Amino acid sequence: MCNSASHTHDHDHDHDHSHVSVVENIMNQNDLLARHNQKLLDASGIFAINIMASPGAGKTSVILKIIEELSDRYKIAVIEGDTAPVTIDADKIVAAGVPATQINTGGNCHLDAHMMMHGLDALDLKGVDLLIVENVGNLVCPAGVALGTHANVVIASIPEGDDKPYKYPNIYRGIDVILMNKIDLLPYVDFDMDYFVTGLEMLNPGLTSFPVSAKTSEGIDGFAGWLEARILEKRAA
Amino acid sequence: MHELAVTQNILNICQRHATQENASQVTDVYLVIGDLSSIIDDSVQFYWDFITKDTICEHSLLHFERIAAKAKCLSCENEFALKQLMPCPQCHSARFKIITGEEFYVDSIKINKNGENHVQ
Repeated sequence: MCNSASHTHDHDHDHDHSHVSVVENIMNQNDLLARHNQKLLDASGIFAINIMASPGAGKTSVILKIIEELSDRYKIAVIEGDTAPVTIDADKIVAAGVPATQINTGGNCHLDAHMMMHGLDALDLKGVDLLIVENVGNLVCPAGVALGTHANVVIASIPEGDDKPYKYPNIYRGIDVILMNKIDLLPYVDFDMDYFVTGLEMLNPGLTSFPVSAKTSEGIDGFAGWLEARILEKRAA
Repeated sequence: MHELAVTQNILNICQRHATQENASQVTDVYLVIGDLSSIIDDSVQFYWDFITKDTICEHSLLHFERIAAKAKCLSCENEFALKQLMPCPQCHSARFKIITGEEFYVDSIKINKNGENHVQ
Protein backbone atom coordinates (compact mmCIF):
# COMPACT_ATOMS: atom_id res chain seq x y z
CA MET A 1 0.00 0.00 0.00
CA CYS A 2 1.21 3.49 -0.77
CA ASN A 3 0.24 6.33 1.46
CA SER A 4 2.13 9.34 0.22
CA ALA A 5 1.08 11.51 -2.68
CA SER A 6 2.96 11.31 -5.97
CA HIS A 7 4.80 8.22 -4.87
CA THR A 8 5.26 5.25 -7.14
CA HIS A 9 6.86 1.92 -6.38
CA ASP A 10 7.18 -1.38 -8.10
CA HIS A 11 4.85 -4.10 -6.95
CA ASP A 12 4.84 -7.80 -7.87
CA HIS A 13 6.24 -8.00 -11.35
CA ASP A 14 3.97 -6.50 -13.95
CA HIS A 15 2.14 -3.55 -12.46
CA ASP A 16 2.59 -0.78 -9.95
CA HIS A 17 0.47 1.42 -7.76
CA SER A 18 0.80 5.09 -7.19
CA HIS A 19 -0.94 7.73 -5.18
CA VAL A 20 -1.34 10.79 -7.36
CA SER A 21 -2.00 14.26 -6.03
CA VAL A 22 -4.93 15.91 -7.83
CA VAL A 23 -6.16 18.86 -5.73
CA GLU A 24 -8.77 20.02 -8.23
CA ASN A 25 -11.98 21.75 -7.28
CA ILE A 26 -14.99 19.65 -8.19
CA MET A 27 -16.58 22.68 -9.88
CA ASN A 28 -13.40 23.53 -11.79
CA GLN A 29 -14.68 22.65 -15.28
CA ASN A 30 -17.87 24.58 -14.66
CA ASP A 31 -15.91 27.60 -13.48
CA LEU A 32 -13.68 27.51 -16.58
CA LEU A 33 -16.75 27.47 -18.82
CA ALA A 34 -18.31 30.27 -16.76
CA ARG A 35 -15.24 32.41 -17.39
CA HIS A 36 -15.55 31.64 -21.10
CA ASN A 37 -19.19 32.78 -21.02
CA GLN A 38 -18.26 35.97 -19.22
CA LYS A 39 -15.58 36.80 -21.80
CA LEU A 40 -18.18 36.43 -24.51
CA LEU A 41 -20.57 38.73 -22.64
CA ASP A 42 -17.81 41.27 -22.01
CA ALA A 43 -16.79 41.26 -25.66
CA SER A 44 -20.40 42.11 -26.54
CA GLY A 45 -20.66 44.82 -23.87
CA ILE A 46 -23.49 43.01 -22.11
CA PHE A 47 -24.21 43.20 -18.40
CA ALA A 48 -25.69 39.89 -17.24
CA ILE A 49 -27.44 38.85 -14.05
CA ASN A 50 -28.37 35.45 -12.67
CA ILE A 51 -31.68 35.53 -10.79
CA MET A 52 -32.14 32.80 -8.20
CA ALA A 53 -35.15 32.18 -5.95
CA SER A 54 -37.46 29.48 -4.74
CA PRO A 55 -40.41 28.54 -6.98
CA GLY A 56 -43.13 31.15 -6.73
CA ALA A 57 -40.97 33.96 -5.33
CA GLY A 58 -41.81 36.10 -8.34
CA LYS A 59 -38.78 35.81 -10.62
CA THR A 60 -40.71 36.12 -13.87
CA SER A 61 -42.96 38.87 -12.47
CA VAL A 62 -39.94 40.93 -11.42
CA ILE A 63 -38.31 40.39 -14.81
CA LEU A 64 -41.46 41.62 -16.54
CA LYS A 65 -41.41 44.76 -14.35
CA ILE A 66 -37.74 45.37 -15.19
CA ILE A 67 -38.60 45.04 -18.87
CA GLU A 68 -41.35 47.64 -18.35
CA GLU A 69 -38.88 50.00 -16.67
CA LEU A 70 -35.88 49.63 -18.95
CA SER A 71 -36.80 48.25 -22.37
CA ASP A 72 -37.53 51.67 -23.88
CA ARG A 73 -33.88 52.65 -23.33
CA TYR A 74 -31.97 49.39 -23.33
CA LYS A 75 -32.07 46.17 -25.28
CA ILE A 76 -32.83 43.26 -22.98
CA ALA A 77 -32.66 39.51 -23.58
CA VAL A 78 -33.69 36.70 -21.25
CA ILE A 79 -32.56 33.11 -20.72
CA GLU A 80 -35.21 31.06 -18.96
CA GLY A 81 -34.11 28.01 -17.01
CA ASP A 82 -36.85 25.45 -16.53
CA THR A 83 -36.88 21.86 -15.43
CA ALA A 84 -39.52 20.88 -17.95
CA PRO A 85 -40.29 21.83 -21.56
CA VAL A 86 -43.02 24.21 -20.44
CA THR A 87 -42.61 27.63 -22.03
CA ILE A 88 -45.04 29.54 -19.78
CA ASP A 89 -42.32 31.90 -18.50
CA ALA A 90 -40.53 32.37 -21.82
CA ASP A 91 -43.87 33.05 -23.53
CA LYS A 92 -44.61 35.87 -21.08
CA ILE A 93 -41.22 37.47 -21.77
CA VAL A 94 -41.63 37.21 -25.53
CA ALA A 95 -45.15 38.66 -25.23
CA ALA A 96 -43.53 41.66 -23.53
CA GLY A 97 -41.46 42.18 -26.69
CA VAL A 98 -38.14 40.85 -25.42
CA PRO A 99 -36.22 37.97 -27.01
CA ALA A 100 -36.08 34.94 -24.73
CA THR A 101 -34.69 31.46 -25.03
CA GLN A 102 -35.59 28.58 -22.79
CA ILE A 103 -33.12 26.10 -21.40
CA ASN A 104 -34.85 22.92 -20.38
CA THR A 105 -32.59 21.31 -17.79
CA GLY A 106 -34.31 17.97 -18.24
CA GLY A 107 -35.23 17.75 -14.58
CA ASN A 108 -31.93 19.12 -13.31
CA CYS A 109 -32.25 21.41 -10.32
CA HIS A 110 -30.13 24.34 -11.51
CA LEU A 111 -28.47 25.87 -14.54
CA ASP A 112 -24.76 25.38 -15.06
CA ALA A 113 -22.17 27.12 -17.21
CA HIS A 114 -22.52 24.56 -20.00
CA MET A 115 -26.28 25.09 -20.29
CA MET A 116 -25.67 28.83 -20.14
CA MET A 117 -23.28 28.53 -23.08
CA HIS A 118 -26.05 26.93 -25.14
CA GLY A 119 -28.44 29.66 -24.02
CA LEU A 120 -25.99 32.30 -25.25
CA ASP A 121 -25.67 30.43 -28.56
CA ALA A 122 -29.42 30.45 -29.02
CA LEU A 123 -29.78 34.21 -28.56
CA ASP A 124 -28.96 37.00 -30.97
CA LEU A 125 -26.73 39.04 -28.65
CA LYS A 126 -26.15 41.88 -31.10
CA GLY A 127 -26.92 45.22 -29.45
CA VAL A 128 -28.08 43.61 -26.19
CA ASP A 129 -27.33 45.73 -23.09
CA LEU A 130 -28.80 43.57 -20.36
CA LEU A 131 -29.07 39.78 -20.21
CA ILE A 132 -31.29 38.38 -17.50
CA VAL A 133 -30.91 34.70 -16.65
CA GLU A 134 -33.81 33.24 -14.71
CA ASN A 135 -32.43 30.20 -12.90
CA VAL A 136 -34.50 27.17 -11.97
CA GLY A 137 -36.72 27.82 -8.95
CA ASN A 138 -34.63 26.42 -6.11
CA LEU A 139 -32.97 27.86 -2.99
CA VAL A 140 -30.35 25.15 -2.64
CA CYS A 141 -28.76 24.00 -5.86
CA PRO A 142 -28.00 27.13 -7.89
CA ALA A 143 -25.76 28.42 -5.07
CA GLY A 144 -22.12 28.27 -6.02
CA VAL A 145 -22.72 27.16 -9.61
CA ALA A 146 -21.20 29.98 -11.64
CA LEU A 147 -22.77 30.75 -15.02
CA GLY A 148 -20.54 33.60 -16.14
CA THR A 149 -23.01 36.37 -15.34
CA HIS A 150 -21.68 39.54 -13.68
CA ALA A 151 -24.02 39.64 -10.71
CA ASN A 152 -26.03 37.14 -8.71
CA VAL A 153 -29.43 38.26 -7.54
CA VAL A 154 -31.70 36.45 -5.09
CA ILE A 155 -35.39 37.20 -4.87
CA ALA A 156 -36.79 36.34 -1.47
CA SER A 157 -40.53 36.72 -1.05
CA ILE A 158 -42.37 37.70 2.10
CA PRO A 159 -44.74 34.69 2.27
CA GLU A 160 -41.77 32.27 2.24
CA GLY A 161 -40.97 33.39 5.78
CA ASP A 162 -38.22 35.29 7.57
CA ASP A 163 -36.11 32.24 8.49
CA LYS A 164 -34.81 31.45 5.02
CA PRO A 165 -31.26 32.88 5.51
CA TYR A 166 -30.92 30.55 8.50
CA LYS A 167 -32.22 27.49 6.67
CA TYR A 168 -30.69 28.03 3.23
CA PRO A 169 -27.53 29.99 4.04
CA ASN A 170 -25.51 29.07 0.96
CA ILE A 171 -27.72 30.85 -1.54
CA TYR A 172 -27.27 34.22 0.22
CA ARG A 173 -23.49 34.07 0.23
CA GLY A 174 -21.67 35.39 -2.79
CA ILE A 175 -24.68 37.25 -4.13
CA ASP A 176 -24.60 40.92 -5.09
CA VAL A 177 -28.22 41.98 -4.65
CA ILE A 178 -31.28 40.73 -2.82
CA LEU A 179 -34.85 41.72 -3.53
CA MET A 180 -37.51 41.16 -0.89
CA ASN A 181 -40.56 40.72 -3.11
CA LYS A 182 -44.28 40.87 -2.28
CA ILE A 183 -43.87 43.56 0.39
CA ASP A 184 -47.53 44.42 -0.29
CA LEU A 185 -48.27 41.25 1.74
CA LEU A 186 -46.34 42.38 4.85
CA PRO A 187 -49.51 43.41 6.74
CA TYR A 188 -51.00 39.95 6.26
CA VAL A 189 -48.14 37.59 7.17
CA ASP A 190 -45.83 37.18 10.17
CA PHE A 191 -42.56 38.25 8.64
CA ASP A 192 -39.98 39.79 10.96
CA MET A 193 -37.85 41.93 8.65
CA ASP A 194 -35.23 42.54 11.37
CA TYR A 195 -34.75 38.81 11.91
CA PHE A 196 -34.45 38.27 8.15
CA VAL A 197 -31.94 41.13 7.70
CA THR A 198 -29.86 39.99 10.71
CA GLY A 199 -29.46 36.59 9.06
CA LEU A 200 -28.49 38.24 5.78
CA GLU A 201 -25.95 40.47 7.53
CA MET A 202 -24.20 37.43 8.99
CA LEU A 203 -23.99 35.76 5.59
CA ASN A 204 -23.32 38.74 3.38
CA PRO A 205 -22.49 41.97 5.24
CA GLY A 206 -23.57 45.16 3.53
CA LEU A 207 -25.51 43.33 0.81
CA THR A 208 -27.43 45.68 -1.50
CA SER A 209 -31.13 45.09 -0.93
CA PHE A 210 -34.37 46.32 -2.46
CA PRO A 211 -37.76 45.67 -0.87
CA VAL A 212 -40.14 45.48 -3.84
CA SER A 213 -43.55 44.44 -4.96
CA ALA A 214 -43.81 43.15 -8.50
CA LYS A 215 -47.59 43.52 -8.11
CA THR A 216 -47.76 47.18 -7.14
CA SER A 217 -44.36 48.11 -8.69
CA GLU A 218 -43.23 49.58 -5.35
CA GLY A 219 -39.45 49.66 -5.12
CA ILE A 220 -38.89 48.27 -8.63
CA ASP A 221 -37.44 51.60 -9.76
CA GLY A 222 -34.64 51.22 -7.20
CA PHE A 223 -33.53 47.90 -8.63
CA ALA A 224 -33.99 49.18 -12.18
CA GLY A 225 -31.74 52.13 -11.29
CA TRP A 226 -29.09 49.76 -9.94
CA LEU A 227 -29.24 47.76 -13.18
CA GLU A 228 -29.07 50.90 -15.30
CA ALA A 229 -25.91 52.05 -13.49
CA ARG A 230 -24.29 48.65 -14.19
CA ILE A 231 -25.34 48.75 -17.86
CA LEU A 232 -23.78 52.21 -18.25
CA GLU A 233 -20.58 51.08 -16.49
CA LYS A 234 -20.37 48.20 -18.94
CA ARG A 235 -20.84 50.50 -21.89
CA ALA A 236 -18.12 52.82 -20.62
CA ALA A 237 -15.71 49.92 -20.02
CA MET B 1 -28.83 18.75 -3.91
CA HIS B 2 -27.43 17.68 -7.27
CA GLU B 3 -25.22 14.76 -6.44
CA LEU B 4 -25.41 13.19 -9.89
CA ALA B 5 -23.92 16.27 -11.57
CA VAL B 6 -21.30 16.56 -8.84
CA THR B 7 -20.43 12.87 -9.11
CA GLN B 8 -20.06 13.24 -12.87
CA ASN B 9 -17.61 16.11 -12.28
CA ILE B 10 -15.60 13.93 -9.88
CA LEU B 11 -15.45 11.15 -12.47
CA ASN B 12 -14.29 13.57 -15.18
CA ILE B 13 -11.49 14.87 -12.96
CA CYS B 14 -10.36 11.33 -12.01
CA GLN B 15 -10.43 10.12 -15.60
CA ARG B 16 -8.39 13.08 -16.80
CA HIS B 17 -5.71 12.69 -14.14
CA ALA B 18 -5.62 8.91 -14.50
CA THR B 19 -5.07 9.22 -18.26
CA GLN B 20 -2.28 11.74 -17.71
CA GLU B 21 -0.60 9.19 -15.44
CA ASN B 22 -1.10 6.31 -17.92
CA ALA B 23 -3.12 4.46 -15.31
CA SER B 24 -4.95 1.27 -16.12
CA GLN B 25 -7.21 1.50 -13.10
CA VAL B 26 -8.20 3.93 -10.37
CA THR B 27 -8.57 2.11 -7.06
CA ASP B 28 -9.23 4.94 -4.59
CA VAL B 29 -10.47 8.51 -4.77
CA TYR B 30 -9.88 10.93 -1.89
CA LEU B 31 -12.34 13.81 -1.62
CA VAL B 32 -12.21 16.77 0.73
CA ILE B 33 -15.65 18.22 1.36
CA GLY B 34 -16.47 21.06 3.74
CA ASP B 35 -19.58 20.74 5.85
CA LEU B 36 -21.02 23.90 4.29
CA SER B 37 -21.55 22.08 1.01
CA SER B 38 -24.92 20.38 0.92
CA ILE B 39 -23.53 17.16 -0.54
CA ILE B 40 -24.65 13.83 0.91
CA ASP B 41 -21.80 11.31 0.93
CA ASP B 42 -24.05 8.25 0.58
CA SER B 43 -25.75 9.75 -2.40
CA VAL B 44 -22.45 10.49 -4.17
CA GLN B 45 -21.33 6.93 -3.41
CA PHE B 46 -24.56 5.55 -4.85
CA TYR B 47 -24.15 7.46 -8.14
CA TRP B 48 -20.42 6.70 -8.22
CA ASP B 49 -20.94 2.92 -8.29
CA PHE B 50 -23.46 3.43 -11.06
CA ILE B 51 -21.66 5.86 -13.36
CA THR B 52 -18.18 4.34 -13.07
CA LYS B 53 -19.28 1.08 -14.73
CA ASP B 54 -17.01 0.29 -17.68
CA THR B 55 -14.72 3.21 -16.86
CA ILE B 56 -11.18 3.30 -15.49
CA CYS B 57 -12.76 4.07 -12.09
CA GLU B 58 -14.97 0.99 -11.90
CA HIS B 59 -14.88 -0.65 -8.44
CA SER B 60 -12.85 2.22 -6.98
CA LEU B 61 -13.50 3.38 -3.42
CA LEU B 62 -14.50 6.89 -2.52
CA HIS B 63 -13.00 8.33 0.68
CA PHE B 64 -14.58 11.44 2.17
CA GLU B 65 -12.63 13.77 4.38
CA ARG B 66 -15.18 16.08 5.97
CA ILE B 67 -14.06 19.51 7.16
CA ALA B 68 -16.09 21.15 9.92
CA ALA B 69 -17.30 24.71 9.37
CA LYS B 70 -15.44 27.31 11.42
CA ALA B 71 -15.79 31.07 11.52
CA LYS B 72 -13.59 33.87 12.82
CA CYS B 73 -15.23 36.88 14.41
CA LEU B 74 -14.21 40.16 12.75
CA SER B 75 -14.68 42.06 16.03
CA CYS B 76 -12.97 39.95 18.70
CA GLU B 77 -11.14 37.44 16.47
CA ASN B 78 -12.68 34.52 18.35
CA GLU B 79 -12.79 31.35 16.26
CA PHE B 80 -15.95 29.30 16.65
CA ALA B 81 -17.66 26.25 15.21
CA LEU B 82 -20.45 27.18 12.83
CA LYS B 83 -23.01 24.44 13.35
CA GLN B 84 -25.79 26.83 12.44
CA LEU B 85 -26.01 30.48 11.47
CA MET B 86 -25.41 32.43 14.67
CA PRO B 87 -23.50 35.46 15.94
CA CYS B 88 -20.10 35.14 17.65
CA PRO B 89 -20.74 33.30 20.94
CA GLN B 90 -18.10 35.45 22.70
CA CYS B 91 -18.97 39.05 21.71
CA HIS B 92 -22.27 38.49 19.82
CA SER B 93 -21.05 40.32 16.74
CA ALA B 94 -22.81 39.25 13.55
CA ARG B 95 -19.74 40.02 11.47
CA PHE B 96 -17.52 37.04 10.89
CA LYS B 97 -15.73 35.32 8.09
CA ILE B 98 -15.85 31.65 7.32
CA ILE B 99 -12.40 30.10 7.55
CA THR B 100 -13.12 26.41 6.94
CA GLY B 101 -16.03 24.33 5.68
CA GLU B 102 -16.13 25.41 2.05
CA GLU B 103 -13.64 22.84 0.73
CA PHE B 104 -14.90 20.96 -2.29
CA TYR B 105 -12.14 19.17 -4.18
CA VAL B 106 -10.61 15.91 -5.33
CA ASP B 107 -7.44 15.67 -3.28
CA SER B 108 -5.77 12.61 -4.77
CA ILE B 109 -6.29 9.25 -6.46
CA LYS B 110 -4.63 5.89 -6.15
CA ILE B 111 -3.99 4.18 -9.45
CA ASN B 112 -2.62 0.97 -10.91
CA LYS B 113 -0.38 0.88 -13.92
CA ASN B 114 -0.45 -2.51 -15.57
CA GLY B 115 2.16 -3.98 -17.84
CA GLU B 116 4.90 -1.50 -17.15
CA ASN B 117 7.41 -0.78 -14.44
CA HIS B 118 7.32 2.90 -14.86
CA VAL B 119 8.77 4.62 -11.82
CA GLN B 120 8.64 8.38 -11.57
